[in-house]
Amino acid sequence: MAVTASTWLISVIEALLYLALAPLLVGWVRKVRARLQNRRGAPLLQPYRDLRKLLVKEARVAHTASPLYRLAPYVVLTATWLAAASIPMVALDLPIATVADIIVLVGLLALARVFLALAAMDVGTAFGGMGASREMLISALAEPALLMAVFTLAMTAHSTNLTILIGHHLSDDFLLRPSYLFALIGLILVAIAETGRIPIDNPATHLELTMVHEAMVLEYSGRHLAMLEAAAQIKLMLYGVLIANIFLPWGIAQSITPAALAVGLMAILLKLALLGVALAVAETVVAKLRLFRAPAFLNLAVLLSLLGLLSHVILEVGA
Amino acid sequence: MAMALTLSGLAVAFALGSAILSLGAVKDGRVIRILATPLLGVAGVSALAAGVVALLTGEVATATVPLGLPWLPWQIRLDALSGFFMMIIGILISVVGIHAPSYLRGIEQGRGEALAALGGFTGLFLTGMLLVVLAADAFLFMIAWELMSLASYFLVAFQHEHAANRRAAFLYLLMAHVGGLAILLGFGVLAAFGEGFSFAAMRAAELSALWASLAFGLAFIGFGMKAGLVPLHAWLPEAHPAAPSHVSALMSGAMLKVAVYGFVRLTFDLIGDVQWSWGVLVIAIGAASSLMGALLALMQTDLKRLLAYSSVENLGIIFIGLGLSLLFLGRGHTLLGVLALIAALYHSLNHALFKGLLFLGAGAILHGTHERDLEQMGGLLRRMPWTGLFFLIGGLSLAGLPPFNGFVSEWLIFQSALQSWVIDNGVLRALIPIAMAVLALTTALVAATVVKTYGVAFLGQARSRHVRRARPAPRGMRLAQGLLAVLCILLGLLPTWVIGLIESVPKQILGTGLGDAATPHGLWLAPIAPETAIYSAPLALLSLLILGGLVSLVLRRGAVRRVRHCDAWDCGFAPPTPRMQYTATAFAQPLRRVFAMLMQIETTQATREDGTPRYQLKIGDRLWGTLYLPVSAMVESAARRIVRLQSGHVRGYLGWTLVTLILLLWVVSVVD
Repeated sequence: MAVTASTWLISVIEALLYLALAPLLVGWVRKVRARLQNRRGAPLLQPYRDLRKLLVKEARVAHTASPLYRLAPYVVLTATWLAAASIPMVALDLPIATVADIIVLVGLLALARVFLALAAMDVGTAFGGMGASREMLISALAEPALLMAVFTLAMTAHSTNLTILIGHHLSDDFLLRPSYLFALIGLILVAIAETGRIPIDNPATHLELTMVHEAMVLEYSGRHLAMLEAAAQIKLMLYGVLIANIFLPWGIAQSITPAALAVGLMAILLKLALLGVALAVAETVVAKLRLFRAPAFLNLAVLLSLLGLLSHVILEVGA
Repeated sequence: MAMALTLSGLAVAFALGSAILSLGAVKDGRVIRILATPLLGVAGVSALAAGVVALLTGEVATATVPLGLPWLPWQIRLDALSGFFMMIIGILISVVGIHAPSYLRGIEQGRGEALAALGGFTGLFLTGMLLVVLAADAFLFMIAWELMSLASYFLVAFQHEHAANRRAAFLYLLMAHVGGLAILLGFGVLAAFGEGFSFAAMRAAELSALWASLAFGLAFIGFGMKAGLVPLHAWLPEAHPAAPSHVSALMSGAMLKVAVYGFVRLTFDLIGDVQWSWGVLVIAIGAASSLMGALLALMQTDLKRLLAYSSVENLGIIFIGLGLSLLFLGRGHTLLGVLALIAALYHSLNHALFKGLLFLGAGAILHGTHERDLEQMGGLLRRMPWTGLFFLIGGLSLAGLPPFNGFVSEWLIFQSALQSWVIDNGVLRALIPIAMAVLALTTALVAATVVKTYGVAFLGQARSRHVRRARPAPRGMRLAQGLLAVLCILLGLLPTWVIGLIESVPKQILGTGLGDAATPHGLWLAPIAPETAIYSAPLALLSLLILGGLVSLVLRRGAVRRVRHCDAWDCGFAPPTPRMQYTATAFAQPLRRVFAMLMQIETTQATREDGTPRYQLKIGDRLWGTLYLPVSAMVESAARRIVRLQSGHVRGYLGWTLVTLILLLWVVSVVD
């Protein structure tokens, strides 16, 4: 792995790309969904405008809030952002992959989640506690599924390093292994649950008793809310890039040349756009689940991921 | 190396001296605070120094102490394994020496005898632990082990005016002795084959596979009981919370580690030829312990009980690591066995640090508010900011979140488990991922527990008057917690150095360290090979700080920086009162519902005479009903049957004696 100034620069640019493109992905999903529902929908760039609006408004903090309340948005945003930046998006072979592997990625997401849940409980409202409690329920069931899916891939490539994992997959002339299929479905279910999409949570509503993520950020306003919104958008894009580049790795730049990088960028944009359409379609045809139906959904994810891992270690290792 | 042995001898002497000095408290209660406890701190520092020297030099020092039986003098030995656990005990004793005086100041008025008992038994307890780690023959080991168990029994019974504490202490005493018996029998098997009680003779003994398995099984029962593994954990959540908080910190942080030490010493070192099937058993028990411990911790509302259950969970994780190590060693993958052993030892150290920190935090809360019940707490972060900060660090370490120390050891365990593809047996390969799924579920449940505990105790608004008026912790308590918090962060950030230190343990008892591919990389941790797994905690933290700096820079330039303080919005309802907050029970309700089948949950909904409805929820351990109560009923009915022998007639007793004698003579004649 050639660690040079230019590869570090590309790492930094990739990280900035996450911040720049994440609102666009959210806008795209909303637009497609609106069209599917025969609405015209908000402009594609509306999420950027929302963020700008939040940034120019003053932040309100409850009297009952502690210092943790103002610290949490920074931790949530930076941890999510670093987790995202550790996934190869446009190019492989970047030095950031040696800083954080795929288990660290899961750990960073957990760090962000714990701080978000703590911040929700900080003001001392019933809604905040409810959101935190439900978020921890969902994550308690989703995290094993996520780790199992990730371990299936890591054991195939004999590495938890994402660069090597994706590289292994690229050179593996893509056998359709059953374990991959299980892991893919498990990972998609986890991504839906963790990013708070239908059928687990509904990102479009505020005052609804089923809400999870929105209940946790209920008290936030101004720049603090902007940070949390940005973190949520980055998280959606993170899962998109993770699924896209692990299961459909073609096009990613394997060398650091301008042409390869351009192809890599176009490839990931195309993959994300397609995944966005798929998400919008799924959210249109599926109804939201009652909260206590969510464990069944997540158990399915755990089961599929575990099946993926078992079918790998039993069927594929010896063969 | 003689220096390390001298230092450890000094530590034992200081601990014993502290116990003797404590007797002076009968006359003047201040003796404990001013003399005995600081002496404990000194003992801790010398134990810490002894451990670090032993680990750094990697040499073995032995000595014979002219005590004990005339033909069986006590032998002591300080090698890397002893040194590592000596270091853990030393760290905890040192910080407890700083914490305890502030606690004692509050209770030293007019309770001379009680204080003398507390100080004396604490000193003996520590002497016992240090001697267990130093012992090089089964005789001294068992004496020190019993000293540790008995002294800690008196510490559990310290607040004996509560019936629940007396009951907890009795249960502890009973189970500690059943465990001690198992250990004694395990040593008996080894001593019979080695023809001697010294560890050197046992190490040289050649055991057949069956006898080795028997010795292992007995050791696992005995040490597993002390370590609080499911299903023999019932005493732990009763006993640990009953003691004063700094003793709870010692019991959870250090004594459970002494059990781990005993297990590693007996299995990896003395028996030596490990079998992979032992690993399977240890992994299964470890996984069950971690899951049940995490679930029951989540359900608790008593802060110290919650922490005690969380110890069950962490010991489960440690034993998963040890089981993986046994499995890999038994299948001939020595390097991976070494990695898993290092991961387990690393987690032992981490657990000692963060659980010590959390128990001392519980002690500080108890000191400031006289409250252990989470449902009465709230908003403590603003009343006790330092305690709150340190408790948060401990909680994040407990939850295994990067960049804190708990994450590193769990990362190492996951990494060694991911190497299970090298095992040439499909069933075994499949077993490890299932254990990993359980471990992943456990860590997620622990994160929920941490959010619950911290959110209910330190955030929000106070739920009762005395919590609203909480006093900040005294300086000694803050210092003790601060030291542990700094260690939690350092061990999370500098794993390569710590692993370099721990590596001398497998180098001595297994004869090899981590492989050549895993040469230390300074900032990078790559325990197997750089292309297999690599993580850099310092750089991850640096990246977090850079990104955070970037965000705040952008906000500083672009955003409105004003903050207005106002009432909570809460969707426009009236400003919430403390009673409207989510409680600890409510927080755990969704998970309680999902995992209901694993616990014993009783709800009763009775209407009282005055017409007010009353809702009661009781959450228990299923094992009480399925294992403990039947055993206790069986013992009782057996006792009732034996009572019939006690007729009161001398004739009858003489008759029984004769029958026994004839039976024994027959046995002897058959054996000869």
